[in-house]
Amino acid sequence: MADYRKPIPQPTPETQPFWDGTKAGELRLQRCDACSNVIFPPRPFCPRCASRSVSWFKATGKGKLWSYVINHRPAPGFEQEAPYAIAVVKLDEGPHMMTNIVDCPQTPEALQLDMAMEVVFQPVSETISLPKFRPAGA
Amino acid sequence: MKQKSVAIVGAAETTQMGIIPDMSVIELHADAALNAMADCGLKPSDIDGVATAGESPVAVAHHLGITPTYVDGTSVGGCSFMLHVRHAAAAINEGLATTVLITHGESGRSRVGAGRFGPAAASLQGQFEAPYGASGPPSMFTIPVLRYMKELGLTHEQLAMVAVVQREWAGMNPRASFRDPITVEDVLNSRMIAYPFRLLECCLVTDGGGALILTSASRAKDFPTKPVYILGTGESTETPMVSQMEDFTSSKAFRVSGKKAFDEAGISHADVDHLMIYDAFAHLPIYALEDLGFCKRGEAAGFIWEGNTRPGGKLPLNTNGGGLSYMHSGMYGMYALQESVRQLRGTAPAQVPGAKISISHGVGGMFAASGTIIMTNEK
Repeated sequence: MADYRKPIPQPTPETQPFWDGTKAGELRLQRCDACSNVIFPPRPFCPRCASRSVSWFKATGKGKLWSYVINHRPAPGFEQEAPYAIAVVKLDEGPHMMTNIVDCPQTPEALQLDMAMEVVFQPVSETISLPKFRPAGA
Repeated sequence: MKQKSVAIVGAAETTQMGIIPDMSVIELHADAALNAMADCGLKPSDIDGVATAGESPVAVAHHLGITPTYVDGTSVGGCSFMLHVRHAAAAINEGLATTVLITHGESGRSRVGAGRFGPAAASLQGQFEAPYGASGPPSMFTIPVLRYMKELGLTHEQLAMVAVVQREWAGMNPRASFRDPITVEDVLNSRMIAYPFRLLECCLVTDGGGALILTSASRAKDFPTKPVYILGTGESTETPMVSQMEDFTSSKAFRVSGKKAFDEAGISHADVDHLMIYDAFAHLPIYALEDLGFCKRGEAAGFIWEGNTRPGGKLPLNTNGGGLSYMHSGMYGMYALQESVRQLRGTAPAQVPGAKISISHGVGGMFAASGTIIMTNEK
């Protein structure tokens, strides 16, 4: 991890529980206590009904491949992996989440939209683990 | 806003366009502004409103020797200038200023005096998008498109055709960066940038600028230029993170901004003679043709494929060659507006005969924001 050169998230007070979750091997989302809206990215209120009463819960970590590109011009730190997919997974709970796809060839043939995905956690620093996704059952 | 109450009386781009290694960002703003003032016979002391994005309006005003009573620093990406036009029209009507200068300058390619890209690590983009290797617009703006292709049947060939048609227009424009004709095959054989997008489906990266001057319609008749009246305007935003777009096949910001502009203008789609759609990438004209209501869902690619937007077609689109072939400094919206003004003045290199109503529709960020300006040359 010491030579990890890619961008590393810097949590804020509002997002810290999310990153504590990924560190602990859980994908945590928020749900509005008033209207049940599932909220991501994290914030201390509901953007649908403005309630300030929202609670963290452990998500299933399951979803489907919603869309992606296969990037041939690597961002700094990603040179070894290009071309690599930058994907969006639609979580079973509703929200979209940007991610990378692991345990799968980074090709249009292998990456079929709507395929079932499940979360895995990749430690990138002492405190941060990134949620990534692989084909379910891979 | 009140229809035709405000007009664009001054409009100009930078003297040079393309690769301008000897001018910094602020000088590109100034060059465009001086050209626009010369266009309509004004001096800095005649300007009492300043709007810009990217650069600070304070810096632009001071650099040009302007003391404004109205300042707009709205900066929501490449469509900011559409929003500036909208806000300026309201400000002029409300008496906040009489004569508003809107400037754009960007050293997109040469990066002279330019800032850095990239979100802060503690921003939402920095936490939830950047760690996955998104390397700027080519790898982010394009992410929704596979979803569109799957749900609405867009083909790779149809996406490529957007670039082919715009190159036809660019071939008629001496200032366009790329003018040689291309085929669908050329596009599909060009270098892969971010699948499914190839090089020729991505905008240029160049240097340049532009400026507009607006005043009340009642004063507009005293200027040497043919007035271009503001007929309808719209703006909206959706999300700073492309991954959080509500619907990957349609832009909410486009829909809201477009409807607002059409409602204000009181026109129908059949009334539109000329259309500019901010084309940072080849999918944007497809999304916007549908989100603005020119085509039904899933039909825009076929509409372009059939030749409706090419020279001689019924809806001339991106007649300067667009961001794909004319120029793209980073915040392209200003160039779309400039082309609309040229078309309505009757001075465009690829002039649409008798054009009376033109629309410039812009995007900001990556489906983050939108602005729509409907203009006419008829009082």
